[in-house]
Amino acid sequence: MTGAGIDVKNLVKQYPGQRALDGVSLTIDPGSYTVILGPSGSGKTTLLAILGGFVEPTSGKVTVDGQDVTSVAPSRRPTTTVFQDYALFPHMTVGQNVGFGLEMQRVGKKDRMSQVSEALEMVGLAHTKDRHIADLSGGQRQRIALARALIVKPRVLLLDEPLGALDVKLRRHMQDELTRIHDTVGTTFVHVTHDQEEAMSLADTIVIVRDGRVDDIGSPEQVYLNPISAFSAQFMGDSNLIEGTITDDGNAADTAWGRVGVSTPGNPHDSVTVSIRPEHIEMGATGPGNLGEWIVAESHFLGQRYRVIARRDNQEILVSLPQSSSVQQGQSVLLGVAPEMARIVKGDLS
Amino acid sequence: MKLLRGSISWIYALLVFGFILMPVASLVVFSFQATNLPLPPFTGPSLRWYEELFADSGMVEALRNSLVVGVVSAFFSTALGFLSAYGLARYRPAGARAIRAAIMTPLGVSYLVIGFGLAITANELALGRSLVLVTLGHIIINLPLAFAILLSQMRDEDETLEKAARDLGANEWVVITRIAIPVVVPGLLAAFLLSFTLSWDEFLIAFFLADFDVTLPIEIWSQLRTGLDAKTNAAGTLVFAISVVALTLAYVLNRAVQQRSRRA
Repeated sequence: MTGAGIDVKNLVKQYPGQRALDGVSLTIDPGSYTVILGPSGSGKTTLLAILGGFVEPTSGKVTVDGQDVTSVAPSRRPTTTVFQDYALFPHMTVGQNVGFGLEMQRVGKKDRMSQVSEALEMVGLAHTKDRHIADLSGGQRQRIALARALIVKPRVLLLDEPLGALDVKLRRHMQDELTRIHDTVGTTFVHVTHDQEEAMSLADTIVIVRDGRVDDIGSPEQVYLNPISAFSAQFMGDSNLIEGTITDDGNAADTAWGRVGVSTPGNPHDSVTVSIRPEHIEMGATGPGNLGEWIVAESHFLGQRYRVIARRDNQEILVSLPQSSSVQQGQSVLLGVAPEMARIVKGDLS
Repeated sequence: MKLLRGSISWIYALLVFGFILMPVASLVVFSFQATNLPLPPFTGPSLRWYEELFADSGMVEALRNSLVVGVVSAFFSTALGFLSAYGLARYRPAGARAIRAAIMTPLGVSYLVIGFGLAITANELALGRSLVLVTLGHIIINLPLAFAILLSQMRDEDETLEKAARDLGANEWVVITRIAIPVVVPGLLAAFLLSFTLSWDEFLIAFFLADFDVTLPIEIWSQLRTGLDAKTNAAGTLVFAISVVALTLAYVLNRAVQQRSRRA
């Protein structure tokens, strides 16, 4: 079974006194692993619930493989959902839980049993078939929920913060599992999370949602390296944001920190906000992109990099320096931006 | 001084419990009396009066009637209580608060009014008084209790379970029978047992609404009127024993139910 493509047009969901979605349009590629990323209250869970059929939008349209499913009941959609708290049936065994969808499709017992075993095999829990849900660990429940949702061969699997309840180590492990399972089954995965690291490690496509709208969309590389807005620059990892004016030739911006080359040309003399990733700032750089002398205020060794906060007057800059560059607090450093590594973003500093 | 105060409170406690439990104890003890009158001195133990009880067709029939009325009314109270609690919790209809208040109303109305009212209504509708009417009366008084117990068991997490079932292709019938009911089984049993117990020894409504076929409390009452007899002690003990069993079960289940609520 291959995954289905999803088209979402102008979705609006109005709750009394609150607009959860404010005109979301989005295309999800067949078979992709799409992560919808946003802070809590951004509307990402509402969006997923509308895709699953649990919430009807106030207006707008959802099509799956060209078919309008906007007001189709969840049971009749080619989608299944892995719920945040897994929603495993506590009065049934693992096997009964996983086989539930097939039972609803009136698949014969023998056929069902073998498919249940297969599904459990896929998530590495074949031995738990006769156990009760209460006897499973969090990670096991997560995988049983996955097996139960996948056994009916949905064209689209919807995952609502599926790793939120797991501890960090288990979460990493489950991320790898999810990627492996996605590659195995070929279904389109749509995964909602507020964790940008999780999004980066899983997604082919990241959709950043903010205040009920799509803020940015693209591959992890795109949204990280070329964030479209100040919001997504800050939400996807650390970023330095500074206001500036585009130079005459359009290829740089003059900021309070100095002149920095921008990745894509801007309109000369426009007032813009520029985003600079901490790891794109180098020590001792000169020439274009020179940010001048700064005093190291804080320096933290994080293993792979140093996280350094440097100050000048009442300005502050966040720098990520390689292991080799040991800097001391109070030290004066010359900083510069690698050419064209500053990005003009929409929106203001917030 | 401390000792004195301690013993006074002990004596006080003994007196209170003696006062409360003495009638029950004497009822039970003298049901095993060997001679005719359920009065001291105790001449037993003997099962003589239990034999006579089960030989008395009126008593046996009343016992059976009570069981049937109890089971049927408890079943309907529980079933209706579940459906109203489920509907209210899941579909959140407009005016849910008013609906809840309306369902709970009979709790605040005296049995006298309910029994009397039903008797008048039945009369108006030219329905004869019968055990069916008694059953109806007991459903009216027990439905609010069953409803309250079950409403407390409707958790939002279970709604997600139902969503998950629908997502996997279940229709509403399957959702209710395979998911919604099984997850509240302890609550259902507790509601059923409590309703049964209350119907089992209910006198007033049964008195107003029963005709020739009567329930056990009425039969005991009418036999008591004709004379003191240790047989009525045996019947009373039976009523007491069954109530105790049902209430103990209800209590145990209720604890399971509480734990479930706490876990939520």
